[in-house]
Amino acid sequence: MKLDELILSPSPWLAPGGPQSDIVLSTRVRLARNVAGRPFSTRLRPEERQDLEAYLRRAVLSAFGTHTITWFELADMPEIDRRCLVERHLISRELAAGEGVRGVGIDHAQRTAVMAGEEDHLRLQVIFPGLQLHEAWLEADSLDNRLEEHVTFAFSPRLGYLTACPTNVGTGMRASVMLHLPALVLTKQIEKVFRAVARMRLAVRGLYGEGTQATGDIYQISNQASLGRSEDEILKALGAVIPQIIAYEQQARHVLAGESPTMLDDRIYRAWGILTHARTISSDETLALLSAVRLGIHMGRLRGVDLAAVNELFLLTRPGHIQKIRGAELPEPQRDVARAEYIRKRLGAT
Amino acid sequence: MLCQRCKKQPATVHLTEILQNEKRERHLCEDCAREEGVAVKAQINLQDILSGMLEAHETAGRGANLTCPDCGTTYAEFRNQGRLGCPHDYEVFSDALKEVLEKVHGAAEHTGKLPRRAGADLAGQRQLMQLRRQLQAAVEGEKYEEAARLRDLIKNKEAPGETR
Repeated sequence: MKLDELILSPSPWLAPGGPQSDIVLSTRVRLARNVAGRPFSTRLRPEERQDLEAYLRRAVLSAFGTHTITWFELADMPEIDRRCLVERHLISRELAAGEGVRGVGIDHAQRTAVMAGEEDHLRLQVIFPGLQLHEAWLEADSLDNRLEEHVTFAFSPRLGYLTACPTNVGTGMRASVMLHLPALVLTKQIEKVFRAVARMRLAVRGLYGEGTQATGDIYQISNQASLGRSEDEILKALGAVIPQIIAYEQQARHVLAGESPTMLDDRIYRAWGILTHARTISSDETLALLSAVRLGIHMGRLRGVDLAAVNELFLLTRPGHIQKIRGAELPEPQRDVARAEYIRKRLGAT
Repeated sequence: MLCQRCKKQPATVHLTEILQNEKRERHLCEDCAREEGVAVKAQINLQDILSGMLEAHETAGRGANLTCPDCGTTYAEFRNQGRLGCPHDYEVFSDALKEVLEKVHGAAEHTGKLPRRAGADLAGQRQLMQLRRQLQAAVEGEKYEEAARLRDLIKNKEAPGETR
Protein backbone atom coordinates (compact mmCIF):
# COMPACT_ATOMS: atom_id res chain seq x y z
CA MET A 1 0.00 0.00 0.00
CA LYS A 2 1.28 3.46 -0.93
CA LEU A 3 1.42 6.19 1.69
CA ASP A 4 -0.55 8.66 -0.45
CA GLU A 5 -3.29 6.11 -0.94
CA LEU A 6 -3.50 5.57 2.79
CA ILE A 7 -3.63 9.27 3.62
CA LEU A 8 -6.28 10.10 1.04
CA SER A 9 -8.59 7.22 1.92
CA PRO A 10 -11.34 7.60 4.53
CA SER A 11 -10.26 6.73 8.05
CA PRO A 12 -12.23 3.66 9.18
CA TRP A 13 -12.38 4.77 12.80
CA LEU A 14 -14.41 7.82 11.77
CA ALA A 15 -17.03 5.80 9.92
CA PRO A 16 -20.52 6.16 11.39
CA GLY A 17 -22.23 3.01 12.61
CA GLY A 18 -19.92 1.97 15.47
CA PRO A 19 -21.58 1.28 18.83
CA GLN A 20 -22.74 4.55 20.46
CA SER A 21 -21.19 6.47 17.60
CA ASP A 22 -23.45 9.49 18.14
CA ILE A 23 -21.18 10.31 21.09
CA VAL A 24 -18.21 7.93 20.97
CA LEU A 25 -15.99 8.48 17.96
CA SER A 26 -13.48 5.73 18.57
CA THR A 27 -11.82 3.33 21.01
CA ARG A 28 -8.09 2.78 21.12
CA VAL A 29 -5.88 0.30 22.96
CA ARG A 30 -2.13 0.80 23.02
CA LEU A 31 0.51 -1.58 24.36
CA ALA A 32 4.06 -0.46 25.17
CA ARG A 33 6.76 -3.12 24.77
CA ASN A 34 10.55 -3.23 24.81
CA VAL A 35 12.84 -5.88 23.41
CA ALA A 36 14.63 -7.84 26.14
CA GLY A 37 18.38 -7.53 26.43
CA ARG A 38 18.69 -4.04 24.94
CA PRO A 39 18.81 -0.56 26.45
CA PHE A 40 15.67 1.60 26.10
CA SER A 41 15.43 3.95 23.11
CA THR A 42 17.04 7.03 24.69
CA ARG A 43 20.16 5.02 25.52
CA LEU A 44 20.63 3.43 22.11
CA ARG A 45 23.59 4.49 20.01
CA PRO A 46 22.74 5.35 16.39
CA GLU A 47 23.98 1.98 15.06
CA GLU A 48 22.10 0.11 17.79
CA ARG A 49 18.99 2.07 16.92
CA GLN A 50 19.32 1.15 13.29
CA ASP A 51 19.84 -2.51 14.17
CA LEU A 52 16.78 -2.49 16.44
CA GLU A 53 14.54 -0.88 13.83
CA ALA A 54 15.56 -3.46 11.23
CA TYR A 55 14.98 -6.25 13.75
CA LEU A 56 11.51 -4.98 14.66
CA ARG A 57 10.55 -4.36 11.04
CA ARG A 58 11.39 -7.99 10.22
CA ALA A 59 9.54 -9.24 13.30
CA VAL A 60 6.40 -7.19 12.57
CA LEU A 61 6.34 -8.15 8.91
CA SER A 62 6.82 -11.84 9.60
CA ALA A 63 4.28 -11.83 12.44
CA PHE A 64 1.52 -10.14 10.45
CA GLY A 65 2.54 -10.76 6.84
CA THR A 66 3.36 -8.22 4.13
CA HIS A 67 -0.05 -8.81 2.58
CA THR A 68 -1.74 -7.19 5.59
CA ILE A 69 0.76 -4.63 6.79
CA THR A 70 3.10 -2.08 5.19
CA TRP A 71 6.20 -0.64 6.82
CA PHE A 72 7.00 3.05 6.50
CA GLU A 73 10.33 4.64 7.43
CA LEU A 74 9.89 7.94 9.23
CA ALA A 75 13.37 9.40 8.80
CA ASP A 76 13.05 10.14 5.08
CA MET A 77 9.30 10.76 5.07
CA PRO A 78 8.22 14.31 4.13
CA GLU A 79 7.08 16.40 7.08
CA ILE A 80 3.59 16.75 5.63
CA ASP A 81 3.07 13.00 5.44
CA ARG A 82 4.22 12.56 9.02
CA ARG A 83 1.78 15.26 9.99
CA CYS A 84 -1.05 13.43 8.23
CA LEU A 85 -0.26 10.18 10.06
CA VAL A 86 -0.43 12.06 13.37
CA GLU A 87 -3.76 13.60 12.38
CA ARG A 88 -5.00 10.08 11.61
CA HIS A 89 -3.81 8.91 15.04
CA LEU A 90 -1.64 6.30 13.34
CA ILE A 91 1.61 7.61 14.83
CA SER A 92 2.31 9.70 17.91
CA ARG A 93 3.50 13.29 17.81
CA GLU A 94 6.69 12.08 19.52
CA LEU A 95 7.47 9.61 16.76
CA ALA A 96 6.73 12.21 14.07
CA ALA A 97 9.01 14.78 15.70
CA GLY A 98 11.70 12.28 16.71
CA GLU A 99 15.14 11.90 15.24
CA GLY A 100 17.06 9.09 13.64
CA VAL A 101 15.89 5.75 12.36
CA ARG A 102 12.29 4.93 13.26
CA GLY A 103 9.34 3.39 11.52
CA VAL A 104 5.73 2.32 11.65
CA GLY A 105 3.86 -0.70 10.36
CA ILE A 106 0.26 0.09 9.37
CA ASP A 107 -2.26 -2.55 8.41
CA HIS A 108 -4.25 -2.00 5.25
CA ALA A 109 -7.53 -1.62 7.12
CA GLN A 110 -5.84 1.21 9.09
CA ARG A 111 -6.90 -0.42 12.32
CA THR A 112 -3.49 -1.47 13.60
CA ALA A 113 -0.28 0.52 13.84
CA VAL A 114 3.01 -0.71 15.26
CA MET A 115 5.54 2.03 15.97
CA ALA A 116 9.23 1.26 16.34
CA GLY A 117 11.72 3.66 17.88
CA GLU A 118 9.39 5.70 20.02
CA GLU A 119 10.14 6.22 23.71
CA ASP A 120 9.56 2.47 23.97
CA HIS A 121 11.00 0.15 21.34
CA LEU A 122 7.55 -0.92 20.26
CA ARG A 123 4.13 0.63 20.58
CA LEU A 124 1.27 -1.43 19.26
CA GLN A 125 -2.14 0.16 18.89
CA VAL A 126 -5.52 -0.80 17.56
CA ILE A 127 -8.27 1.69 16.90
CA PHE A 128 -11.95 0.80 16.46
CA PRO A 129 -14.94 2.98 15.57
CA GLY A 130 -17.43 3.70 18.37
CA LEU A 131 -17.30 2.23 21.85
CA GLN A 132 -15.59 -1.18 21.60
CA LEU A 133 -13.24 -1.50 24.55
CA HIS A 134 -13.41 -5.26 24.81
CA GLU A 135 -13.08 -5.85 21.06
CA ALA A 136 -10.11 -3.49 20.83
CA TRP A 137 -8.34 -5.25 23.70
CA LEU A 138 -8.96 -8.73 22.25
CA GLU A 139 -7.42 -7.61 18.97
CA ALA A 140 -4.43 -5.93 20.64
CA ASP A 141 -3.87 -8.97 22.87
CA SER A 142 -3.92 -11.35 19.94
CA LEU A 143 -1.53 -9.18 17.88
CA ASP A 144 0.76 -8.95 20.90
CA ASN A 145 0.78 -12.76 21.17
CA ARG A 146 1.68 -13.07 17.52
CA LEU A 147 4.53 -10.59 17.89
CA GLU A 148 5.75 -12.47 20.90
CA GLU A 149 6.41 -15.50 18.75
CA HIS A 150 9.15 -13.44 17.11
CA VAL A 151 10.40 -11.13 19.87
CA THR A 152 11.20 -11.61 23.56
CA PHE A 153 9.91 -8.61 25.51
CA ALA A 154 11.56 -7.10 28.58
CA PHE A 155 9.44 -8.40 31.42
CA SER A 156 9.76 -8.75 35.17
CA PRO A 157 7.47 -11.07 37.12
CA ARG A 158 7.06 -8.37 39.78
CA LEU A 159 6.68 -5.25 37.60
CA GLY A 160 5.33 -6.71 34.37
CA TYR A 161 6.30 -5.28 30.99
CA LEU A 162 9.21 -2.89 31.55
CA THR A 163 8.86 0.51 29.91
CA ALA A 164 11.13 3.55 29.55
CA CYS A 165 8.78 5.66 31.64
CA PRO A 166 7.60 4.20 34.96
CA THR A 167 4.13 5.61 34.30
CA ASN A 168 3.57 2.89 31.67
CA VAL A 169 5.09 -0.10 33.45
CA GLY A 170 3.04 -3.23 34.22
CA THR A 171 0.48 -3.91 31.53
CA GLY A 172 2.00 -1.21 29.31
CA MET A 173 -1.59 -0.60 28.32
CA ARG A 174 -3.35 2.65 27.63
CA ALA A 175 -6.99 2.27 26.67
CA SER A 176 -8.69 5.44 25.51
CA VAL A 177 -12.11 6.44 24.30
CA MET A 178 -12.67 9.50 22.12
CA LEU A 179 -15.89 11.30 22.94
CA HIS A 180 -17.82 14.11 21.29
CA LEU A 181 -19.37 16.13 24.13
CA PRO A 182 -20.76 19.38 22.68
CA ALA A 183 -23.84 19.60 24.92
CA LEU A 184 -21.79 19.22 28.11
CA VAL A 185 -19.54 22.03 26.88
CA LEU A 186 -22.53 24.24 25.94
CA THR A 187 -24.20 23.71 29.30
CA LYS A 188 -20.87 24.33 31.07
CA GLN A 189 -20.89 20.98 32.85
CA ILE A 190 -17.77 19.57 31.27
CA GLU A 191 -15.49 20.64 34.15
CA LYS A 192 -17.66 18.67 36.53
CA VAL A 193 -17.18 15.56 34.42
CA PHE A 194 -13.40 16.10 34.38
CA ARG A 195 -13.21 16.37 38.14
CA ALA A 196 -15.17 13.15 38.58
CA VAL A 197 -12.99 11.38 36.03
CA ALA A 198 -9.73 12.57 37.60
CA ARG A 199 -10.71 11.07 40.93
CA MET A 200 -10.81 7.63 39.33
CA ARG A 201 -7.21 7.57 38.06
CA LEU A 202 -8.43 8.32 34.58
CA ALA A 203 -6.98 11.05 32.38
CA VAL A 204 -8.74 13.52 30.08
CA ARG A 205 -6.99 14.85 27.00
CA GLY A 206 -7.84 16.85 23.90
CA LEU A 207 -8.18 15.52 20.38
CA TYR A 208 -4.46 15.16 19.84
CA GLY A 209 -3.29 13.80 23.15
CA GLU A 210 -1.32 15.10 26.07
CA GLY A 211 -1.10 18.85 26.36
CA THR A 212 -3.41 19.58 23.44
CA GLN A 213 -6.51 21.71 23.64
CA ALA A 214 -9.85 20.04 23.23
CA THR A 215 -10.96 21.15 19.79
CA GLY A 216 -14.34 20.44 18.28
CA ASP A 217 -15.59 19.42 21.76
CA ILE A 218 -13.69 16.15 21.39
CA TYR A 219 -12.13 14.60 24.46
CA GLN A 220 -10.14 11.44 25.09
CA ILE A 221 -10.55 9.60 28.34
CA SER A 222 -7.99 6.97 29.23
CA ASN A 223 -6.58 4.98 32.13
CA GLN A 224 -3.76 6.62 34.06
CA ALA A 225 -2.59 3.60 36.03
CA SER A 226 -1.07 0.65 34.20
CA LEU A 227 0.30 -1.34 37.14
CA GLY A 228 -1.43 -3.38 39.83
CA ARG A 229 -4.55 -4.08 37.83
CA SER A 230 -5.07 -6.60 35.09
CA GLU A 231 -5.99 -5.44 31.60
CA ASP A 232 -9.55 -6.61 32.20
CA GLU A 233 -9.82 -4.63 35.42
CA ILE A 234 -8.50 -1.49 33.73
CA LEU A 235 -11.00 -1.90 30.90
CA LYS A 236 -13.83 -2.54 33.36
CA ALA A 237 -13.05 0.64 35.28
CA LEU A 238 -13.00 2.67 32.09
CA GLY A 239 -16.01 0.82 30.74
CA ALA A 240 -17.99 1.71 33.85
CA VAL A 241 -17.34 5.44 33.53
CA ILE A 242 -17.94 5.94 29.81
CA PRO A 243 -21.67 5.02 29.80
CA GLN A 244 -22.21 7.54 32.60
CA ILE A 245 -20.56 10.29 30.58
CA ILE A 246 -22.66 9.29 27.57
CA ALA A 247 -25.78 9.50 29.73
CA TYR A 248 -24.76 12.99 30.98
CA GLU A 249 -24.21 14.17 27.44
CA GLN A 250 -27.58 12.79 26.35
CA GLN A 251 -29.25 14.45 29.29
CA ALA A 252 -27.58 17.77 28.46
CA ARG A 253 -28.79 17.46 24.87
CA HIS A 254 -32.30 16.82 26.13
CA VAL A 255 -32.17 19.87 28.39
CA LEU A 256 -30.89 22.07 25.57
CA ALA A 257 -33.70 20.94 23.27
CA GLY A 258 -36.31 21.48 25.96
CA GLU A 259 -35.13 24.76 27.47
CA SER A 260 -33.43 26.65 24.69
CA PRO A 261 -34.39 25.15 21.34
CA THR A 262 -34.03 28.44 19.47
CA MET A 263 -30.53 29.09 20.79
CA LEU A 264 -29.60 25.51 19.93
CA ASP A 265 -30.99 25.64 16.39
CA ASP A 266 -29.43 29.04 15.83
CA ARG A 267 -26.07 27.63 16.75
CA ILE A 268 -26.47 24.57 14.53
CA TYR A 269 -27.77 26.47 11.50
CA ARG A 270 -25.23 29.30 11.79
CA ALA A 271 -22.50 26.65 11.81
CA TRP A 272 -24.05 25.01 8.77
CA GLY A 273 -24.41 28.40 7.06
CA ILE A 274 -20.77 29.32 7.58
CA LEU A 275 -19.42 25.91 6.59
CA THR A 276 -21.38 25.92 3.34
CA HIS A 277 -20.65 29.55 2.47
CA ALA A 278 -17.32 30.63 3.90
CA ARG A 279 -14.55 31.54 1.48
CA THR A 280 -11.73 31.21 3.99
CA ILE A 281 -11.72 29.34 7.28
CA SER A 282 -9.17 28.25 9.91
CA SER A 283 -8.88 24.65 11.06
CA ASP A 284 -9.95 25.44 14.62
CA GLU A 285 -13.05 27.33 13.51
CA THR A 286 -13.84 24.42 11.20
CA LEU A 287 -13.74 21.93 14.08
CA ALA A 288 -15.95 24.12 16.27
CA LEU A 289 -18.55 24.43 13.49
CA LEU A 290 -18.37 20.76 12.50
CA SER A 291 -19.03 19.95 16.14
CA ALA A 292 -22.27 21.97 16.10
CA VAL A 293 -23.34 20.43 12.78
CA ARG A 294 -22.62 16.91 14.04
CA LEU A 295 -24.68 17.66 17.14
CA GLY A 296 -27.52 18.91 14.92
CA ILE A 297 -27.53 15.76 12.83
CA HIS A 298 -27.51 13.41 15.82
CA MET A 299 -30.29 15.38 17.54
CA GLY A 300 -32.40 15.16 14.39
CA ARG A 301 -32.51 18.96 14.06
CA LEU A 302 -30.50 19.17 10.86
CA ARG A 303 -31.72 16.77 8.21
CA GLY A 304 -30.50 15.75 4.80
CA VAL A 305 -26.83 16.20 5.66
CA ASP A 306 -24.39 13.38 5.01
CA LEU A 307 -23.07 12.31 8.42
CA ALA A 308 -20.19 10.33 6.96
CA ALA A 309 -18.97 13.42 5.10
CA VAL A 310 -19.20 15.56 8.25
CA ASN A 311 -17.28 12.95 10.25
CA GLU A 312 -14.61 12.70 7.58
CA LEU A 313 -14.24 16.47 7.47
CA PHE A 314 -13.09 16.41 11.11
CA LEU A 315 -9.95 14.76 9.75
CA LEU A 316 -9.66 15.95 6.16
CA THR A 317 -9.74 19.65 7.10
CA ARG A 318 -6.72 19.37 9.42
CA PRO A 319 -3.68 21.32 8.16
CA GLY A 320 -1.76 18.26 6.95
CA HIS A 321 -4.66 16.65 5.13
CA ILE A 322 -5.93 19.78 3.42
CA GLN A 323 -2.49 20.33 1.88
CA LYS A 324 -2.29 16.68 0.90
CA ILE A 325 -5.68 16.91 -0.81
CA ARG A 326 -4.56 20.00 -2.74
CA GLY A 327 -1.34 18.22 -3.57
CA ALA A 328 0.80 21.19 -2.62
CA GLU A 329 2.33 22.84 0.41
CA LEU A 330 0.33 25.96 1.13
CA PRO A 331 1.01 28.87 3.48
CA GLU A 332 -1.75 29.42 6.02
CA PRO A 333 -3.88 32.06 4.22
CA GLN A 334 -4.09 29.89 1.09
CA ARG A 335 -4.65 26.81 3.20
CA ASP A 336 -7.72 28.49 4.74
CA VAL A 337 -9.08 29.27 1.29
CA ALA A 338 -8.47 25.69 0.11
CA ARG A 339 -10.15 24.38 3.24
CA ALA A 340 -13.29 26.50 2.75
CA GLU A 341 -13.48 25.40 -0.87
CA TYR A 342 -13.09 21.71 0.00
CA ILE A 343 -15.73 21.88 2.75
CA ARG A 344 -18.24 23.49 0.39
CA LYS A 345 -17.58 20.80 -2.17
CA ARG A 346 -17.96 17.93 0.31
CA LEU A 347 -21.14 19.38 1.79
CA GLY A 348 -22.70 19.83 -1.63
CA ALA A 349 -22.64 23.65 -1.62
CA THR A 350 -21.15 25.93 -4.24
CA MET B 1 -11.04 29.79 49.68
CA LEU B 2 -11.47 32.83 47.44
CA CYS B 3 -8.81 34.23 45.14
CA GLN B 4 -6.61 36.68 47.03
CA ARG B 5 -6.39 39.01 44.04
CA CYS B 6 -9.92 39.43 42.71
CA LYS B 7 -11.66 38.06 45.83
CA LYS B 8 -14.46 36.79 43.60
CA GLN B 9 -13.61 33.40 42.15
CA PRO B 10 -12.48 30.34 44.07
CA ALA B 11 -8.70 29.98 44.34
CA THR B 12 -7.51 26.96 42.43
CA VAL B 13 -3.86 27.90 41.86
CA HIS B 14 -1.68 27.67 44.93
CA LEU B 15 1.79 29.17 44.76
CA THR B 16 4.70 29.04 47.13
CA GLU B 17 7.18 31.77 46.36
CA ILE B 18 10.54 32.09 48.02
CA LEU B 19 11.88 35.66 47.97
CA GLN B 20 15.13 36.40 49.81
CA ASN B 21 14.67 33.36 52.02
CA GLU B 22 11.19 34.42 52.88
CA LYS B 23 8.43 31.99 52.05
CA ARG B 24 5.15 33.41 50.82
CA GLU B 25 2.04 31.49 49.91
CA ARG B 26 -0.49 32.85 47.45
CA HIS B 27 -3.85 31.52 46.39
CA LEU B 28 -5.30 32.70 43.10
CA CYS B 29 -8.04 31.84 40.69
CA GLU B 30 -7.02 30.65 37.25
CA ASP B 31 -7.80 33.96 35.50
CA CYS B 32 -5.74 36.04 37.94
CA ALA B 33 -2.88 33.54 37.85
CA ARG B 34 -2.81 33.81 34.09
CA GLU B 35 -2.85 37.61 34.24
CA GLU B 36 0.10 37.52 36.60
CA GLY B 37 2.00 35.43 34.11
CA VAL B 38 1.81 32.14 35.97
CA ALA B 39 1.62 29.30 33.50
CA VAL B 40 -1.54 27.37 34.25
CA LYS B 41 -1.84 23.98 32.68
CA ALA B 42 -5.31 22.67 32.08
CA GLN B 43 -4.02 19.14 32.46
CA ILE B 44 -1.64 18.09 35.18
CA ASN B 45 1.47 16.80 33.53
CA LEU B 46 2.45 13.38 34.78
CA GLN B 47 6.06 14.11 33.92
CA ASP B 48 6.14 17.12 36.26
CA ILE B 49 4.70 15.10 39.10
CA LEU B 50 7.28 12.41 38.50
CA SER B 51 10.22 14.83 38.47
CA GLY B 52 8.91 16.55 41.59
CA MET B 53 8.67 13.27 43.47
CA LEU B 54 12.11 12.15 42.41
CA GLU B 55 13.56 15.47 43.48
CA ALA B 56 11.99 15.15 46.91
CA HIS B 57 13.45 11.68 47.14
CA GLU B 58 16.88 13.03 46.32
CA THR B 59 16.64 15.85 48.86
CA ALA B 60 15.96 13.20 51.46
CA GLY B 61 19.48 12.03 50.67
CA ARG B 62 18.61 8.75 49.08
CA GLY B 63 19.60 7.42 45.71
CA ALA B 64 21.38 10.60 44.59
CA ASN B 65 24.67 8.98 43.60
CA LEU B 66 23.37 5.78 42.00
CA THR B 67 24.39 4.88 38.46
CA CYS B 68 23.27 1.85 36.43
CA PRO B 69 26.31 -0.35 35.70
CA ASP B 70 24.69 -1.61 32.48
CA CYS B 71 23.52 1.50 30.64
CA GLY B 72 25.25 4.27 32.60
CA THR B 73 22.07 6.17 33.46
CA THR B 74 22.54 8.24 36.61
CA TYR B 75 19.89 9.11 39.14
CA ALA B 76 20.10 12.77 38.10
CA GLU B 77 19.41 11.85 34.47
CA PHE B 78 16.46 9.71 35.48
CA ARG B 79 15.11 12.55 37.61
CA ASN B 80 15.47 15.18 34.90
CA GLN B 81 14.09 13.17 32.03
CA GLY B 82 11.72 10.90 33.90
CA ARG B 83 12.91 8.10 31.61
CA LEU B 84 14.89 5.01 32.47
CA GLY B 85 17.83 3.83 30.38
CA CYS B 86 17.38 0.05 30.42
CA PRO B 87 15.29 -2.67 32.11
CA HIS B 88 17.94 -3.11 34.83
CA ASP B 89 17.33 0.49 35.99
CA TYR B 90 14.17 -0.76 37.66
CA GLU B 91 16.48 -2.66 40.05
CA VAL B 92 19.08 0.08 40.40
CA PHE B 93 16.58 2.82 41.28
CA SER B 94 14.11 0.47 42.96
CA ASP B 95 14.06 2.47 46.18
CA ALA B 96 12.95 5.71 44.51
CA LEU B 97 10.70 3.88 42.08
CA LYS B 98 8.75 2.14 44.79
CA GLU B 99 7.34 5.48 45.93
CA VAL B 100 6.76 6.69 42.40
CA LEU B 101 4.87 3.56 41.41
CA GLU B 102 2.71 3.73 44.53
CA LYS B 103 1.77 7.33 43.79
CA VAL B 104 1.21 6.97 40.07
CA HIS B 105 -0.46 3.57 39.95
CA GLY B 106 -1.60 3.05 43.51
CA ALA B 107 0.16 -0.29 43.35
CA ALA B 108 3.64 -1.76 43.11
CA GLU B 109 3.07 -5.17 41.57
CA HIS B 110 2.00 -6.46 38.20
CA THR B 111 -1.18 -8.55 38.07
CA GLY B 112 -1.84 -8.44 34.34
CA LYS B 113 -0.86 -10.41 31.28
CA LEU B 114 2.12 -12.79 31.38
CA PRO B 115 4.19 -13.36 28.27
CA ARG B 116 3.81 -16.87 26.88
CA ARG B 117 7.44 -17.14 26.00
CA ALA B 118 9.41 -18.78 28.78
CA GLY B 119 13.10 -18.26 29.45
CA ALA B 120 12.92 -14.51 29.49
CA ASP B 121 14.36 -14.38 32.99
CA LEU B 122 15.80 -11.11 34.23
CA ALA B 123 19.36 -12.32 34.69
CA GLY B 124 19.40 -13.68 31.15
CA GLN B 125 18.01 -10.44 29.75
CA ARG B 126 20.68 -8.46 31.54
CA GLN B 127 23.49 -10.70 30.39
CA LEU B 128 22.29 -10.38 26.83
CA MET B 129 22.54 -6.61 27.03
CA GLN B 130 26.06 -6.78 28.45
CA LEU B 131 27.13 -9.16 25.68
CA ARG B 132 25.74 -6.76 23.06
CA ARG B 133 27.76 -3.90 24.49
CA GLN B 134 30.90 -6.08 24.53
CA LEU B 135 30.25 -6.98 20.92
CA GLN B 136 29.96 -3.32 20.03
CA ALA B 137 33.27 -2.60 21.75
CA ALA B 138 34.96 -5.55 20.02
CA VAL B 139 33.80 -4.36 16.61
CA GLU B 140 34.94 -0.81 17.33
CA GLY B 141 38.30 -2.11 18.53
CA GLU B 142 38.58 -4.26 15.38
CA LYS B 143 38.86 -7.44 17.47
CA TYR B 144 37.05 -9.56 14.95
CA GLU B 145 37.68 -13.00 16.44
CA GLU B 146 36.31 -11.82 19.77
CA ALA B 147 33.36 -10.24 17.95
CA ALA B 148 32.53 -13.49 16.15
CA ARG B 149 32.65 -15.41 19.43
CA LEU B 150 30.33 -12.88 21.09
CA ARG B 151 27.95 -12.90 18.14
CA ASP B 152 27.54 -16.67 18.42
CA LEU B 153 27.02 -16.39 22.14
CA ILE B 154 24.28 -13.79 21.64
CA LYS B 155 22.64 -15.90 18.99
CA ASN B 156 22.50 -18.86 21.37
CA LYS B 157 21.14 -16.77 24.21
CA GLU B 158 18.29 -15.30 22.19
CA ALA B 159 15.34 -17.62 22.37
CA PRO B 160 14.89 -19.91 19.37
CA GLY B 161 12.39 -18.87 16.74
CA GLU B 162 13.25 -15.21 17.05
CA THR B 163 13.56 -13.13 13.95
CA ARG B 164 17.26 -12.71 13.36
